[in-house]
Amino acid sequence: MSVRRGAALAPDTFRNPHMRHAADTVPAEVLGLPVLTLEGITKSFPGVKALSEVALELYPGQVTALVGENGAGKSTIVKVLTGIYQPDAGTIRLDGLPVTFPTARAATEAGITAIHQETVLFDELTVAENIFIGHAPRTRWGLIDWPELRRRAVEILDRIDARLDPMMPLKELGIANKHLVAIARALSIDARVVVMDEPTAALSQKEIEELYDLVERLKAEGRAILFISHKFDEIFRIADRFTVFRDGALAGSGLMSDVSESELVRMMVGRSVDHIFPARDKAPGREVLRVEGLSHPTEFDDLSFTLCEGEILGFYGLIGSGRSELMQAIFGITRASSGTVSLDGAALNIRAPADAIAAGIVYVPEDRGKQGAVIGLPIFQNITLPSLDQTSRQGFLKLAREFALARTYVERLELRAASLDQDVGNLSGGNQQKVVIAKWLATKPRVIILDEPTKGIDIGSKAAVHAFMAELAAEGLAVIMVSSEIPEIVGMSDRVIVMREGLMAAKVKGDDLTPEVLVRHAAGIAGASG
Amino acid sequence: MTDATARHIPDRLVSPAARLLKSWETLLLAVALAIFVANSLASPYFLNAWNLSDATFNFTEKAMIAFAMALLIISGEIDLSVASIIALASTAMGAAVQAGAGTPVLVGIGLGTGLACGAVNGILVTRMGLPSIVVTIGTMSLFRGISYIALGDKVYKGYPSDFGYFGQGYVWWVFSFELVLFAILAVVYGVLLHKTNFGRAVYAIGNNPTAALFSGIRVQRVKFILFLLTGLMSGIAAICLTSRLGSTRPSIAFGWELEVVTMVVLGGVNILGGSGTIPGVVIAAFVMGLVTFGLGLLNVPGIVMSIFIGCLLIGVIALPRLWTMWRG
Repeated sequence: MSVRRGAALAPDTFRNPHMRHAADTVPAEVLGLPVLTLEGITKSFPGVKALSEVALELYPGQVTALVGENGAGKSTIVKVLTGIYQPDAGTIRLDGLPVTFPTARAATEAGITAIHQETVLFDELTVAENIFIGHAPRTRWGLIDWPELRRRAVEILDRIDARLDPMMPLKELGIANKHLVAIARALSIDARVVVMDEPTAALSQKEIEELYDLVERLKAEGRAILFISHKFDEIFRIADRFTVFRDGALAGSGLMSDVSESELVRMMVGRSVDHIFPARDKAPGREVLRVEGLSHPTEFDDLSFTLCEGEILGFYGLIGSGRSELMQAIFGITRASSGTVSLDGAALNIRAPADAIAAGIVYVPEDRGKQGAVIGLPIFQNITLPSLDQTSRQGFLKLAREFALARTYVERLELRAASLDQDVGNLSGGNQQKVVIAKWLATKPRVIILDEPTKGIDIGSKAAVHAFMAELAAEGLAVIMVSSEIPEIVGMSDRVIVMREGLMAAKVKGDDLTPEVLVRHAAGIAGASG
Repeated sequence: MTDATARHIPDRLVSPAARLLKSWETLLLAVALAIFVANSLASPYFLNAWNLSDATFNFTEKAMIAFAMALLIISGEIDLSVASIIALASTAMGAAVQAGAGTPVLVGIGLGTGLACGAVNGILVTRMGLPSIVVTIGTMSLFRGISYIALGDKVYKGYPSDFGYFGQGYVWWVFSFELVLFAILAVVYGVLLHKTNFGRAVYAIGNNPTAALFSGIRVQRVKFILFLLTGLMSGIAAICLTSRLGSTRPSIAFGWELEVVTMVVLGGVNILGGSGTIPGVVIAAFVMGLVTFGLGLLNVPGIVMSIFIGCLLIGVIALPRLWTMWRG
């Protein structure tokens, strides 16, 4: 690794863990002292060094983007910042003075707050209670001062233009509004440092714009923001500075104005990643899967399509358009109310996932942690779980065969792990996804359905997944890809089906397959035509 | 640092032997040996083959149920009705004896009642999606309630003499039928959990039932089978216990469900599901049997014994955590 690191870059720019280089080029108006400085932070877990002498500086009124591949140590540094993990070595300075955060509460009291990707709030409590939990205003009897709490909640929500009823239970809000509550909470403790861990991952375009406005407002109030994101367009749009981690070490930092997208990518991966989607020249073969008139009482209605060998069929639509539900009905998780699914011309009676798998249809779910990987079981057991009939003899396990089968696919997918006996829970998101894909490939399927296959994984793993999908299609596998990422849909699919509110809105292919056409159909904008 | 492109991932970093050495089972075995030594020092009657053989009756019947219960708890479910199943099965056998049934019929009735009760629990949990702890607290009252209605304050007696073999017979020397059956069942359940696809499915379900379902495991079917097995084991325990006592009262095996669960948890099975082993449960059975017997030899009253077992459970579970706290 040390050979790869920064090979293509001027070494002085990215090896220097301190800000000397950056300070040389900082224009006078943004020169200022960092509010929070981390130096030489090291954190190890059994078998892994998650962080190795990393440094990070956050400046008041500025957004610092933290970028890096999955497993680069981004989440670990956030946990160090917020008092959840204690670093093995290194110093944290607040306004230049060394501090420690022995507990999450200590970090909160120091004015550091984090807004997570999947917001950590309390579903059963109201908006106002969520904003003030842990520091609610008290009456002189020590009881919670409800009128005051409500008044202050309204005040804070007004400040961020959030039109929310403070007495509404949180569970009734969508993810975007939950983020607003989390931000309101940050304001309520007058946080000086706000950490945002992939805040836009689950938001629509409109909600993302609103979040950007809010970030601008937090900046104007002089708060320091650490913004973690995989999306380059947003980093370049809102960040003032950047810090890049690679394999738990600092790979570079500086001002956004001094760096180009390709330079950032090189720092992240230590090599340049081709953004171009893999070329696919093979024409699709004969028809494999045919779905006719598939309907569900509430989620989708009357869907028909076909899929051929070697074809990648994209499913595009807004969140809630019924794509995942359709795929789960084909896979036997939910039952369709009418319609047929046939494979090679023979109608299937799929009552459970086991039936779909036996027929050769497999599904890589969107929610890796809950539906994909069995956390608690080792890697090899995750991979062989649906293939035990193949590796066992008369129902008795054969561990040697299991290791051999797992190894075949793990090596093909270039998984990074300490051993095959390691718990999948200790792997990064991208590597967990590889385990889930390996699990399905080991069953030698005819049709593979990938639901948001690159959601929340880093750019390097993303390119690897895309290349791998192209390779599978070239081998004759029929691929269905559900995705909300337009570049991915346009770049990878032979044909695309657009869904809207549970119905098929359009089938698009060839020259019609453009981002504009997809967005129009998905949103139901008048004048959308094939 | 290795080159990432040519990385070889080993099968294992820790050998199974090294893992065994650091395991819960090893710690528990040390506890069992310590209790054995303490007992033999405390009482001159302890180290006697026939006394030790008698001691095994303290745990063999409970342990049979504990094997199936271990699988059920690893899968994330629980069955608190096992002692009531014993009562119902014993009552059914007692009623059959009054009607003149012979030993083969009695065994059939005992096993059949156990399976039927297991099926009731299984259907309520897997078909209707009810939480097993609530369902089996309900059937716990239901099954024993039926037994009370049938028997009241009466006693069923008059079991045929050859029926006595299950609870009182010896296969060879000091090895009772119950002890031999316990050993056979330990091997059967050990193989089932650790060496078969079914056992792997049990672990997968216990760790993540959703992902197990998405991986093609028939989750509800596996759970239903586990409830059936637990019912069947309760039926077997009912045959052995009834045979040993020679009579049936509705209060038979009262409170055993908690002792069975204690045995399973002491054996290192995570009460929340996902992990645990059969060897652990076997050692835990011996620990509980030795403690009960040793205290019995010292004329310690029963209530003190339950206090001791309770402290043992909390102590053994807290020990590893305290250990890491002191070191950290």
